[in-house]
Amino acid sequence: MSKKTLIPIGPYHPLQEEPELFKLWCDGEIVRDIKWETGYNHRGIEKLSESKTYDQVFFLVERICGICSTSHPFAFANAVEEIAGIEVTDRAKYIRTIIGELERIHSHLLWVGLAGHFLGYNTVFMWAWKYREPLLDLFEMITGNRNSYAMFKVGGVRRDIEAEKIPVIRKEMAAVRKKIDLLTGAVMDDPVIHARTKGVGILTRQDVLDYAAVGPTARASGVAIDIRKDDPYAAYPLVNWKVITAEAGDVFAKAEVRLLEMYESAYIIEQCLDGLEKTSEEDITVKVKEIPEGAGTGRAEAPRGEVFHFVVSDGSNSPARHKIRAPSYVNIATFKKSCIGQTIADATISLAAVDPCYCCTERMAAAWDIRSGQKVLNANELIELSLKRTAEIRKTGAGHE
Amino acid sequence: MGFKDFCFRKSLWVFHFGGASCNNCDIEILDCLTPRHDLERFGILLVGSIRHADVLLVNGSINRRDRDRLLELYHQAPKPLLVVAIGACGCTGGIFAEGNTFAGPVDTIIPVDAYIPGCPPKPEAIIAGIARLAGKKP
Repeated sequence: MSKKTLIPIGPYHPLQEEPELFKLWCDGEIVRDIKWETGYNHRGIEKLSESKTYDQVFFLVERICGICSTSHPFAFANAVEEIAGIEVTDRAKYIRTIIGELERIHSHLLWVGLAGHFLGYNTVFMWAWKYREPLLDLFEMITGNRNSYAMFKVGGVRRDIEAEKIPVIRKEMAAVRKKIDLLTGAVMDDPVIHARTKGVGILTRQDVLDYAAVGPTARASGVAIDIRKDDPYAAYPLVNWKVITAEAGDVFAKAEVRLLEMYESAYIIEQCLDGLEKTSEEDITVKVKEIPEGAGTGRAEAPRGEVFHFVVSDGSNSPARHKIRAPSYVNIATFKKSCIGQTIADATISLAAVDPCYCCTERMAAAWDIRSGQKVLNANELIELSLKRTAEIRKTGAGHE
Repeated sequence: MGFKDFCFRKSLWVFHFGGASCNNCDIEILDCLTPRHDLERFGILLVGSIRHADVLLVNGSINRRDRDRLLELYHQAPKPLLVVAIGACGCTGGIFAEGNTFAGPVDTIIPVDAYIPGCPPKPEAIIAGIARLAGKKP
């Protein structure tokens, strides 16, 4: 093989909104190998979580990732409620689902914009982000903040959606649908976007299964996994909707899945608003006295895929152990399949296509003794421990399955 | 008024450094560029290299890995340079200040000219902060 050139992208690159470093080894214009380095975003959240009370952890996990800042509290609430055996009220379920789905629409619009930006098609970027603004206004109306919503707590939600806000949300959903129509029409029919995304960054069904990819990345390759259907939580079993899949597995299919999912989200929100009108306004939370000893798992479908939280409680007011797995952690590994053999220009859009989120993904895979400076456990030993623990959970049936 | 001060009064070029953040401030900074807020009407432009920048926007808590890179960027920048710390994490470390990888808020690493608090600050707040800086002599 001829000599390979190393092209670094990042860590502080104008194309990326967060710090990460990609090393592309190229032979001429063709990418032959790829490596990525993270760690610029590591904040030690799992450790911080052990020093906070259950109520405070919600504010912490919300700040794992600003874009999907409801999915982490969602999964954490599911985990803690499993430990304590709490069943939240229908109204709280509906409100949780509305926030989760509004977030999915805003996140997918954000991705469509960024994908346009990665393609060098800034019109799409400006357009999609312009349409995202009314959704952020809705969030501000419902929760008081544009991005971190602080809506969740153990046993329910912090704020109600009052009756007078429901028509405003309905109106906005109708407006958003029209805007998505426009955007979908423009993206799906555009010959430039077709030329740049069709047949680019293909992940086959087998690749998805091998790398255990989740979310829209998997659904675009014909693997219909969606936690909202597979392990229903909140109000998803109470409403009617379908899982969107595509077969091609290329960047275009991923865009298609995300664009069509926004319609489903709008549909779910409208049904949840119907549900809200049927329930009484007081029941947004149940009283929680204490979290008993035990372990619980919580899963939620973030805009990027499955979020998994594992919480161990020792009966005190803060978690004894809190393990988090974000969707990008598995999705990022698929770069090895999707980027190699592409040209550099196509590799960047293949990188963006899984909607990677590095601030969710950061973790450290080694344990050190601070005093002696010696490594106690290395990555492989940690994996072994983790496998052992998973087997134990399966045996005791503490998990969902 | 010297030539440099004259340059600072109009069209500030901005370089964005996202530290160990949760992405919220990053997307709000990008949001400033999009049609509703449209920062470019003030001549404010996001640039790709610190060597072209008049302003360094820093957001997120700075961890040990970011610290050296932030210092390096600061030393590479042409002076005078305005540094703006954005968000609760940029100003104080916020909720991550107790983390085991935290390496101090921005102003313990490089001098900061303006703080824009909020978690995340609204685009209006970011624009107001930078527009006020434009009238300030660094």
